[in-house]
Formats: sequence, C-alpha cells, structure tokens
Amino acid sequence: MRRKSALAAAATAALALVLSACGGGGGDTPQQPAQSASGGAAQPAANAALTEVFNPSTKKGGTLKAAHSGDWDSLDPGDTYYGYSFNFGRLYWRTLTMYKPGPGPEGNTVVPDLAEGLGEPSDEGKTWTYKIKAGLKYEDGTPITAKDVAYAVARTWDKETFPHGPSYLNELLAWPKDFKGVYKTPDVDYKSAVEATDDQTVVFHLTKPFASFDYIVQMPMTAPVPKDKDTGAKYREKVISSGPYKFETNEIGKKFALVRNDQWDAATDPNRPALPDRIEVQLNVNADDLDNQLISGDIHLDIPGTGLQPAALGKVLPDPALKARTDNPTIPRLWYVSVIPDNPPLDNVECRKAVMFAADRVANQTAYGGEVAGGDIATNVMPPPIVGQEKFDIYPSEGNKGDIAKAKAALTACGQPNGFSTTMTFRADRPREKALAEAMEQALSKVGIKLTLKGFPASSYFSDYAGNTDYVKKNGIGLAGHGWGSDWPDGYGFLQAIVDSRTIRDAGNYNLSVKNPEVDKLIDQASAELDDAARAKLWVDVDKKVMEDASILPVVWAKALLLRGQGVTNIAYNEGQSMYDYVLLGVE
Amino acid sequence: MTAPLDVSGSAAEAQPEAVLTGAGKAVQGRSLTRIAWMRLRRDKVALAGGITVLVLILVAIFATPIIAAIGHPPLEFHQDQIDPATLLPKGNAGSMGAEYLLGVEPVNGRDIFSRIVAGAGISLLIGFTATILSVVIGTVMGVIAGYFGGWVDQVIGRLMDVFLAFPLLVFAIALAGVIPDKGFGLEGNSLRIAMLIFIIGFFSWPSIGRIVRGQTLSLREREFVDAARSLGARNGYILFREILPNLIAPILVYATLLIPTNILFEAALSFLGVGINPPTPTWGGMLSEAVRFYTLPHFVIFPGLAIFITVLAFNLFGDGLRDAFDPRAH
Repeated sequence: MRRKSALAAAATAALALVLSACGGGGGDTPQQPAQSASGGAAQPAANAALTEVFNPSTKKGGTLKAAHSGDWDSLDPGDTYYGYSFNFGRLYWRTLTMYKPGPGPEGNTVVPDLAEGLGEPSDEGKTWTYKIKAGLKYEDGTPITAKDVAYAVARTWDKETFPHGPSYLNELLAWPKDFKGVYKTPDVDYKSAVEATDDQTVVFHLTKPFASFDYIVQMPMTAPVPKDKDTGAKYREKVISSGPYKFETNEIGKKFALVRNDQWDAATDPNRPALPDRIEVQLNVNADDLDNQLISGDIHLDIPGTGLQPAALGKVLPDPALKARTDNPTIPRLWYVSVIPDNPPLDNVECRKAVMFAADRVANQTAYGGEVAGGDIATNVMPPPIVGQEKFDIYPSEGNKGDIAKAKAALTACGQPNGFSTTMTFRADRPREKALAEAMEQALSKVGIKLTLKGFPASSYFSDYAGNTDYVKKNGIGLAGHGWGSDWPDGYGFLQAIVDSRTIRDAGNYNLSVKNPEVDKLIDQASAELDDAARAKLWVDVDKKVMEDASILPVVWAKALLLRGQGVTNIAYNEGQSMYDYVLLGVE
Repeated sequence: MTAPLDVSGSAAEAQPEAVLTGAGKAVQGRSLTRIAWMRLRRDKVALAGGITVLVLILVAIFATPIIAAIGHPPLEFHQDQIDPATLLPKGNAGSMGAEYLLGVEPVNGRDIFSRIVAGAGISLLIGFTATILSVVIGTVMGVIAGYFGGWVDQVIGRLMDVFLAFPLLVFAIALAGVIPDKGFGLEGNSLRIAMLIFIIGFFSWPSIGRIVRGQTLSLREREFVDAARSLGARNGYILFREILPNLIAPILVYATLLIPTNILFEAALSFLGVGINPPTPTWGGMLSEAVRFYTLPHFVIFPGLAIFITVLAFNLFGDGLRDAFDPRAH
C-alpha cells in the first residue's frame, strides 16, 4: 500500500480490458481539445472535472504556482512512492508507459510514453519487450537509449540507497544471485533481469508469468537515468529531465522551479500538452494556509491532492461560488473497523453480527468526515472504484441507523443477552478515527455492549498495538479502527492484504480480524482464475464471505473534496492517479 | 475556615491590628487564624475567588442533577444538529440557545454545556487529590529535613532537587502511553485517573516540601520549642504538638496555589491526548478537539474559559490567603 496520500498507482490488464469495455467509444482525446485557446468562458460547476476537461485550453505560457503542505519523499524517480509524486513527476520524467491523461474511466488504462507501443509479452508472459521511440533526448541533448532505462531499473534494486520506492520489480524480475545493486556490485551483469538488446529495445525477464506488466512500467522506476550523471542518493538534488520540464532551481525542503526543457520534442509525446512556461513549487506550507491561498487564487494547485482540510470545508461548502469549484470523487479506499475474533465473546460469529447490526452507520460516516469530505456509507468491503465491485448489504437497517432488535437477537444467539465489554483501539493522532470510536461507543452501548476506548500513536499502531497479535490477545482488544487503500484497483490488489489469514504475522499486520479458512480458499480460487469476468465474480464472493464472517465493519468508501485552482485551465480528475491530472494543467 | 470572630463594631473589623494593640476595648486574645480571617474578609478580590471556587466545587458535586435539569447527557450524540456536509452545527453561533446553552460540538453534536459541567468533576478531583498527595509527602519530608537537619536534610534536599529537575511532562506522556487496562484493582478510566493523580501528586511535592522545611528550620529555633525541649518533651511531641500546628497556615496557602497548577497539568495531558480516555469529557480534551475547528469560536472559548476561570479563582483566593496569613510576604 502506498503511503498516506498515495491512492492509486497501478491497475491490472484485466482492469484495462474491463474499463475500455465500460468506457465505450468516447471518440476524441480529451487532453487536446479543439476549443478556444483562451478557454476563459467555462462556467464553474461542482464535479465538472470528473467527467470532462474543465476550462479546456491549448494556450501556452504563464507560471503554474503549486504548493505542498509537506515535502516529497524524494524527487528521484527511483526513490518515490507517493501518488502525487508519480503524477507530478511526469512533468520531468518519461516512463515506458503512462496512465492515459484525462477524465473518466479511460484514465485507468495505460498508453505508451517512451515506448512506441505497449509491451510485447513472450514466453507465456515471462518476457516483456519494449521498443523505445527514436530521437528522444535528455535536457543536455544526449540521446535517451534503452540502456538508460535498463540502468534506471537496475539502480532502483538497491533499497538501502533508495528506501522509498515500490519493490515490485525487485520481486518480479529474475535478478542474478550475486547482484547487490549497481553501486555495491557495479561489475555484475543484470541482463538476466533487464537488458538492452540494442539502443531502442529493452527486455524484462520475469520469474513467473505476469499479465499486467504494462501497469508496472508506468511507475517511475522505468524513467531513464544516464549512468554518467547518476550520483546515487544525491541524484534527487539534480535529476536529469527526460520530460517537457527541467529543474531550474531546487532547494530541498523549501521550494523548486521547473522551466521548459528545450530538448523535449512534442512530436514524440502525444500525452503532455506542456502548457505553462514555468512551474513553481513551495514546500512545507501550512495546510490551512495552503487551502486559503488556493481559495483566493494565490496558488493554482495543492500538490498532495488529498482534499481540503476541515477548516476550509466550513468555508467552501456553504458558499455556492466556492462549491462550484470543487470535485468530489470516490477513491479506492475503505475506512473500517476490524471486529477481532481473538478474544471471547467476539470469537462467536453471532456476537460479531451483533456489532454489525448495532453500529450506527450514519454516525460513523459523520465521524469520518461526512458525506462530502468523508465518503459514502460502506456496506461491504470493496469500494466502488475497484473493478468488478458489487454493492450489497447483509446487515441492513432503517435509515442506516442500526437495527437494535436484530443486534439483541444476535446477542441472545451468542449467549450474551445482556451484552458484554470489550476494548476498541484507534489512532490517537487521527481525529476522525477518535470520533469514530466515540460514535461506536455510543451506538453499541444501546444494546449493552460496553466499549473502552484506547488511543495509540499512528506510527506504532500496527507494529505494537492493534496489528500485534500478542498485544491484541493480552489486552482483550475487540475492535480496531483503521483503513486501506489499494495499489491495484482490482480484487486482488484491494482485498488480499486485508482478508487473507495467511498474511498474518506476529506484528505489523493490516489484516487484524479475518481468519476464516473459507475466505482463504476463495482467494486461492480467485487468484488462479484466468477469465476476467469470472475472476471479478470470485472476488465479490470473497467480499460476501468476509461480510458473513462479520469480521470487518465497513465505515465509508472514501471520497476526497478537491478544489480547482483559480485561473487554471485544462483541469480534469484522472482515475488512474486518483487526483487531478497534473500533466494537462495550464494557466490563463 | 474558622467561624467569624464575635467582635462587633466596625472599628474592630476594619482595623484588627488596632484591636490587638488594645485601643479602647478590652484586650482579647486572638489566634493567628482569626486575624487572618478578618484580613481575608476585607480582601474583596480574594473573596470573589473563594466564592467562585466554592461554586465550582458545588457544580462538580451536583454535576449529574445540573445536567439532568438544563442539559443533555454529556456523551449523547445529537447529529440532527449537525450539517452532514460541513460537520458544523446547523444553528447560529454553534446552535447556542435555550436547548443547548453553550451550543453543540461539531461532528457529533454533543452538548458543550453538559460536557463542561461533567468535566469540572474530573479537573477538580485530579487537582485536589493530587495536591493532597503532594502536601502529605511534602510536609513529611519537609518537616523531617528541617527538624533533624544534618545529613538527613542533605539527602532530602538533593532528592528535592532531583524531583524538581525531572522532565515531568515527558515522563507523564511516556507513562500514560503504557498504562495497562487493568491494575491495582482498578479498570479503564478509573485506573487512568488514579495514575494521573499519582504522577502529578508524586512529582510536585518538592515545592511544598521546601517551604515546610524552611518554616520548620525557623520554628525549631523558637523559644517555645526550646522551652518544650528543656521540659523534656520528646521529638514526636515537639513535631506534632509544637511545630505542625504552626505549619498549617503556610501549607494551606501553598496547597491552594498548587491546585490550579495541577489542574492545568491535567488539562495539558488531556490536550496532548495522554490524559483521560475518550469519550469521558475533560476540559483539556475538549480544547484539543476544538483546535481542528478553530473557525468555530464557541467550541474553543467555553472549555478555555472554564480552565481560565478555575485557575484564576484558585490563584486569587490563594494569594489572598497568603496575604491574610502573612502580610509581610509582599
């Protein structure tokens, strides 16, 4: 799972197929509209950038001003794992493939970027070959070759030098046994994993067949790095650009500025309109300040892309003019309560069902930020943006306020007609999770289930407390609030890590409560199923089995409230990025 | 407090020293306490502080009937009062009005008035009992150090230095994180309250201890102690019958000044999220939640005001008490 603001990075080939089927024949490419060059006539309306490009424009020039409430993990393409970084980085790097820019379901598909076309699998999906376009150059004019891509992939292997980036390629490729990274073992040939057979051809060798490799290579590990300019961990200070912009200044932790890269050739790149002349980024801006500047128009873009702070919500939502500038997409993330079967009486499924029925879903939703900033009431585990998701509800209640009678019946069936006592944990530094715990305490007290609430620091929540099996058993923990967002918007990517009981270790667990052999069996069936539709169906079955097991109480399918900057043109929400598509943006 | 002096006549009340020097009326013996009480009665500011303290104590004791009469249960949600999009109260000024005297909290719509009244109990309970604990430890250690002197004084003196230099807040945060759910026959929040009282009380005794030691040092050399000793009184008799009664006034004064410090300390711990577990209302905890909604002044102001008024009242009363017992201290 990507950290914090990371929401979606990769999808599977199955996803591509399903989505292009759903997407229907949406004819013209949204990112290069043929409308007026100025585009100033667009009328703001809420959610206008979800289905089409808002304020479309082809006008070049101007400075795009962006700000970040924190700082990048790293600007190095080989060392970054935030969704916003994957999104923004495409302004100064190019990868073999990329998410199709623009709004709508097509945003979940991949298109070639450095490569001439999508990957060609051979050897039953164990070998993937990409042909690189001719005439590509770095910012200093030297040509970009297949060798540079292979080198860039090999350098990311070293997780001591690059601790942040994803490790998919470490696990998927057939690395030589004596390879310890390009810095420690510079003489070891890594061609058994990735090789450049000539200047235009890069070949990946996998240890097992993997159908969705095109989605892996859209991640920045495949952004080319020239070997003679590579400074290892220091490369983040001076990244050599392969995209339409290059670094003019870079003060780590403070600010940086990008200017046009005159060596980038628009003819090789149909995906990036590259409208602004200059992009300025301020780092470590106070989050509330940042919202205010975005509202007033002093800045154009909030880099993290996770939505407005609570203080700004109170200002934006009641004001029709400001509300018209917002977009409110559902993102592939579930906030939920684990109902842990480790301690009696919650080891009895009927007692867990009592919790399901007694919970007040509306109060929980409000605690988690309400219908706009929080999300829609979740009735099952998989969120709607996951491919093949089905919405169902086996614990219905009137107005979603909880069903006291059914909860009491379940308690009686469990042999605890007067209720019981247990402890619920939450992350003390997350106000929404604390509010959720308080809402649960109120709702469960109505059927006699007495909750003691305990807050813990988020940094050690999974290692020492809720995710530590020993702690949970010794301290009688029954409920634990937390959440999950997927790297892969399909059943495997979302469910496996949180419902497969075989992933449970002594500590650091994300699956806190689903320990059901029938669920495990269904997961194996689903993973082995080759037919896309049948596989999606099986993942829905997994979801249903988990809900019957009553070991996950879903709270909300998360939504984000994004605000479009004043004077920004060509703005659209991209589903693959789960935020605005940063490569499209321009300024008036 | 002792009962008012049965001396009539405004002159005597206005100028107790004049009475002492025997101007006009027959000379009457008056204890230090009585003189102090007469001085205190003239100190309007201190009296106002004292009355406020009294009211707060009554509110804390009768919290349940007060909430039942003019509020809603402090843990009860009123989400019908909340705008589901912004999570803020629907009504004007945070839904303040006849139904909700001080408005409702954002998100869950709990009655702020009820939560402040219910929070008074915890604040005062911790403030008082922690103070009693430190007064007991401080007095015992201070008297022993002051009376026996020598190496005993040295050891206790250094111990006080150690305790005063202790990074108490850091220690309290660390300890509050590892407190188990059950222990010492207590469970959940009662255990946490007991632990907070212990932490705060146990680490703030040296301030009382130093004052008691100083007073004991000077009392030890006084004539009446010499007299008792030359009559063959044992240490125990001198300590309990001669010295301790003379220490009551300073102890009372400094205990009154220690209570608000302890209340603030509890509020600070709750603010940092290591105090009492939610959903039990505490003033510090309410303040910490309010920070997220700083655009809603009522949510920040009322718990802040509660802490402010309580601390101010105790301080004013304590200052007045000190002036009354020892006018030369200023």
